[in-house]
Amino acid sequence: MKTFAQKAIERASGVDGVVPGQIVDVYPDLYMSHTASWRCIRTLEKMGVTELYAPDRIAMVMDHIAPAMTAKNAADHKLCREFAQRMGIRHFWDVNAGIAHIVLMENGLIRPGQFVIGTDSHSTIYGALGAFGTGVGFSEITAAWVTGKLWAKVPESVRIEISGTLPPGTYAKDVMLRLIGDLGADGLTYCSAEFAGSYTEAIGVSERMTFCNLAMEMGAKNAYVQPDPVTLRYLDDVGVSRSSYEVLVPDEGAVYRDVIAVDGSALAPQVSVPHAVDNVVPVDDVAGTRLDQVFIGSCANAKYDDLQIAARVLAGHRVAPGVRLIVTPASAQVMSRASASGVLGTLIEAGAMITNPGCGACAGNGGVMADGERTLSTANRNFRGRMGSYESEIFLGSPATAAASAIRGVITNPAELMTGVPA
Amino acid sequence: MTVSAKTGGKVVVFGDSVNTDVIIPGRYLVSIDPAELAEHAFEPLGEEVQRKVRAARVVVAGRNFGCGSAREQAATALTGAGIRAVVAASFARVFFRNAINTGLIAVECPAAVPALRDGDEAWVDIDTGTVTTPAGEHRFPPYPEALREILADGGLIPHLMRSYR
Repeated sequence: MKTFAQKAIERASGVDGVVPGQIVDVYPDLYMSHTASWRCIRTLEKMGVTELYAPDRIAMVMDHIAPAMTAKNAADHKLCREFAQRMGIRHFWDVNAGIAHIVLMENGLIRPGQFVIGTDSHSTIYGALGAFGTGVGFSEITAAWVTGKLWAKVPESVRIEISGTLPPGTYAKDVMLRLIGDLGADGLTYCSAEFAGSYTEAIGVSERMTFCNLAMEMGAKNAYVQPDPVTLRYLDDVGVSRSSYEVLVPDEGAVYRDVIAVDGSALAPQVSVPHAVDNVVPVDDVAGTRLDQVFIGSCANAKYDDLQIAARVLAGHRVAPGVRLIVTPASAQVMSRASASGVLGTLIEAGAMITNPGCGACAGNGGVMADGERTLSTANRNFRGRMGSYESEIFLGSPATAAASAIRGVITNPAELMTGVPA
Repeated sequence: MTVSAKTGGKVVVFGDSVNTDVIIPGRYLVSIDPAELAEHAFEPLGEEVQRKVRAARVVVAGRNFGCGSAREQAATALTGAGIRAVVAASFARVFFRNAINTGLIAVECPAAVPALRDGDEAWVDIDTGTVTTPAGEHRFPPYPEALREILADGGLIPHLMRSYR
């Protein structure tokens, strides 16, 4: 009886019968590196190695600082671009593409059953398509470029069963913020977080990405949603043939460290307050808090559905005077779709400024704050100084909460503005 | 540079869930130079904390040290500031990997943490699995062989270079 994590690590290591706590060498299917790629290249140069284990398993996306803000950034991008060209790395996306995680999923590089490492802690997001995704440092990516492998400890698994229908104005983000608040920033440290239950089955890949992305904020090593018709349809749509992957599912009777039940119908919109992601309160507890900026962006919540929800709330309204609403689509594809459907137009009419796709303000690039300023953000981190001044504050919430708060200029429960707004 | 099995000195003490944005803010990740990174280590917490870190050889922390981003520079910034070991009640997993991979000793030893105050001395011996503090000796489970080898060579990249020669 095996968990998903055990099966994924068996597949990637070739070792049968692995148990939690065991350390084995795994051979990942894909090594993602974002803007940090230049550090890998410099390290490789230092090693004097010119042969790569498998160039086709390397994926690079220039997302964290895009486009370049300094000559140093530009030189880093140039280094990566030229390296990719020289080494025959086909999976290279430049500064126009968007956030690595979203770009890789939209382009069919992430498939069920795969073991994927990335130079980004939110690599847990790949679990939304039934892959084992986990974050590592740039030295480990460099090592994988050379040797194709890295050591991995087999994690224990925790199953989170989310059931019911969420009340109006409450979304996948709110489910996760409540969980993070309840379990704490280390509640799932080194665990594989498996999301299940009737709500999880009912939602799309976009919301599952929000789940798996935010599992990291409880310390999870990876996250997972069992592939189902929703997953397969997504993969079909992005051109991944069904013969090119093997779906791995946990066995009946697999052993879990914990099974956690969440009743979705009992939830309400939630907000993380400064300066820790697990400082979570119902939005009503901080409603009325004055804001200087609202940011709709990041790998957690800037996908097409997220922008669409924000546009529905903002339609026919204006951003409050004195508030800056920054919308950074997760990817060029998201931006293009939002443009075609009118979502971008609605946001612009309401007074939002739309930036190019990428990590943007979440990584502190564009949209930074002055001393004493406050942002409500749809991102996944509110650590001190992450978006500018060490004396500024970040609150985290859903795209609906962000949109409602932008209209009023103060933190607002979106349900108050959603009468007649389609879910 | 190799990492010696026994290391230590003056400690600086932190609480729970110290995150990587506080250890080294994202704006400084344009560098991978330990000395340059060290100048900005713990900058969000102010100069007094930074001074204490620079005077210390061992960081002592509560639960979940190094939570947040996968930035390897969080470990490098500490090494650059002269830190030789981190003793914590627990670590966030990516920080732990990054520490081992950059040759920074990181040991989970919850029993040693409560007794230590800023300026105390603590010594870590990874061969015997012991943290020695003014209050006595505390045990921690030894590293698996694979990690011990990486640390002994001073980190993942030097370890690889050694095995490639």
